[in-house]
Amino acid sequence: MTDMTTTYVNLAPSRAEKFRQRVLPMILFALALAVIPLFGPSRTTLTLMNHMGINIVFALSFNMLLGRAGMLSFGHAVYLGLGGYFCVHVMNWIAAGSGIWGAVPVFSMPAFGFAAGALAGAVIGWPSCRRAGTPFAMISLGVAELVAAAGFMFDSLFGGEMGISADRMGGHEFLGLTLGPLEDVYWYIAFWTFVGVVGMYAFTRTPLGKLSEATRDNPERVEFVGYNPQRVRYLVFIFAGAFAGLAGGMSAVQDEIFTPENLSLVPSGAILIAAYVGGIRYFTGPIMGAIVMTYMGSNLSDYTAGWLLYLGLMFVGVVMFVPDGIAGVVYGTWDIISGGKFREVAGSWAIRLLGLALMAVSTITLVEVAFRWSDGYGEVFEPFGLALHHGSLLTWIVVVVPFALGALLLRQAARAENEVTT
Amino acid sequence: METVVFALLNGVIYGLLLFMLSSGLTLIFSMMGVLNFAHASFYMLGAYFAYTLMEGSNFWIALFIAPVLVGLAGMVVERYGLRKVHARGHVAELLFTFGLAYLIDEVVKIFWGRTAVNYKVPELLDFPLFTLYGAQYPAYRIFILLVAILMLVALWYLLRRTRAGLIIQAALTHPHMVGHLGHNVPMIFMMVFGAGCALAGLAGVIGGNYFITDPAMAVQMGPIVFVVVVVGGLGSLEGAFIAAMLIGLLQTSAVSINASLADIFGFLGLAGTSEVGGITIASMAPMLPFLLLVLVLMVRPTGLMGDREV
Repeated sequence: MTDMTTTYVNLAPSRAEKFRQRVLPMILFALALAVIPLFGPSRTTLTLMNHMGINIVFALSFNMLLGRAGMLSFGHAVYLGLGGYFCVHVMNWIAAGSGIWGAVPVFSMPAFGFAAGALAGAVIGWPSCRRAGTPFAMISLGVAELVAAAGFMFDSLFGGEMGISADRMGGHEFLGLTLGPLEDVYWYIAFWTFVGVVGMYAFTRTPLGKLSEATRDNPERVEFVGYNPQRVRYLVFIFAGAFAGLAGGMSAVQDEIFTPENLSLVPSGAILIAAYVGGIRYFTGPIMGAIVMTYMGSNLSDYTAGWLLYLGLMFVGVVMFVPDGIAGVVYGTWDIISGGKFREVAGSWAIRLLGLALMAVSTITLVEVAFRWSDGYGEVFEPFGLALHHGSLLTWIVVVVPFALGALLLRQAARAENEVTT
Repeated sequence: METVVFALLNGVIYGLLLFMLSSGLTLIFSMMGVLNFAHASFYMLGAYFAYTLMEGSNFWIALFIAPVLVGLAGMVVERYGLRKVHARGHVAELLFTFGLAYLIDEVVKIFWGRTAVNYKVPELLDFPLFTLYGAQYPAYRIFILLVAILMLVALWYLLRRTRAGLIIQAALTHPHMVGHLGHNVPMIFMMVFGAGCALAGLAGVIGGNYFITDPAMAVQMGPIVFVVVVVGGLGSLEGAFIAAMLIGLLQTSAVSINASLADIFGFLGLAGTSEVGGITIASMAPMLPFLLLVLVLMVRPTGLMGDREV
């Protein structure tokens, strides 16, 4: 025993750092949301923005499970859907104006969605959160199939295949927003997106948020410390369901309709892809993923019939080669540039970029030619005035040569990197 | 009586088809510890390959070649895809196969179109085999039964009675030890993955014309196969067999029951005109497997025959 006292280095961030890392990004985010309408976006852009807002909240709530708590859910859309359905019903009650509902503004819908999502999470999570890992994923799949099937069965609750629609202009105005024109809806969505993002960020700072990460990394040690991992998972699940319900409330006002399709595996899979492509290890990852995926979903489908294929390729590519997603790439690049190491890696990056671009050219050509051949309308893929028939030699040169070159370049870059690190 | 016999026969056939699919999935799971989300996509590939081969040749050639092609595709996926992702853990692997299922769906749509293809039962087998209670029973269903049983026996023999099966079984539980003994374990894994996919492909070849061959068949079949594997107990072939038969019988017999909930729970005062009372057992058939899954996982997390927690 010595009488030496240990002095701990103060690892806590200073006030300035706290402000820079936590408060400033939120202020910038709010500013960005406030500035967008000044550019006078068109109706299509506004609709796109609104859907982005909804998907940002949805993807972040999904990531509370996958990224933070390590729970892979294949049925997260169930909570968005149930929250949204509840809101659609509430909107109809508001429109009927009977009793207490006449006094509720439509603006408050996400709060109702939040409550409904939390309730759904509490009920469904009770059996499913008893397990983690693969069984949890399988149960979430089974539950999603069950709820979607039930959605088609109970017409008075879910409206059958037609779904249930509502009118967002009923009830009282709030803050002077009638919610009729899309501009009003934009402010509504922007407000609730901000609330959702701040709320979920605040959640990561709570003891429960920290414990959820600990449970993901090592449930046994969490148990040793005296917490029950099952209960941690269950509580996180309720919150994730609640925030998904919040997104459902936003969606109910934006689209004014919910169908049982909203509960199915398809939107659940889409949000899984969006969050993962964005990068599940970063808080901002799902936000980036939601923005990119919503944009691709609404715009790419105008350009090409193969957009789902591109989406799938992108997802598989991210899973295989860039597990940290878009956010990982962005922050990695930023670290290197701000660390002044850009010169060292510039060469290898240039080679990689060139390789990727070549492979992209080859893939896009192949997919586009294949889709036109498959449609059978005799349409020809003509990039830059180059007629690429599916039978012509030129097409196959454009497909094979860049692919081989690109693969070679990427391989070489990877090999060079291995030599540096080992 | 009539309904019961037909439901039993059809249920057994459906169950055997399910087992053919889930046996491959179970083998792959016990080997790599990952559920192959794209397994039903290989089933779909089998049906489409057989359809294309049948145009150029005949059904019997397709019956042998198509599963082999599917198996080769599976081996390529294992070698150049899964093996790379393996180091990053099970979630990454699960997500990889999830993305792969997406891709295969789209590629199938490119090659064979978005609508169902006319994949027919071969003429040689397109006749009623016997008449039961005045209804004719197609020979092709009995053919499915025979192929499935043949496969079952062959699989059992291969795994339990041959040296190759011994090595595979050892590699499932003790891959390192098998590696030290001089066997090429990654090679064994690749072969097993290919064989599992080939079994799914075989199910596709004989199931594609029994049901319908369209790009949605993977999405329809996939979740049910999962249910079978998880309910049976992950990694247990016997469990998968029991679960497959159970779900096959459950679903086919539910479809043939016309009773509504009001008929059953009428004594509790449930009216046939009410919404809940009007639901028939038949309309609940697609939900039953998932109900079973949730119930089994809640009550018995290891599944029916599983010896390990999933």
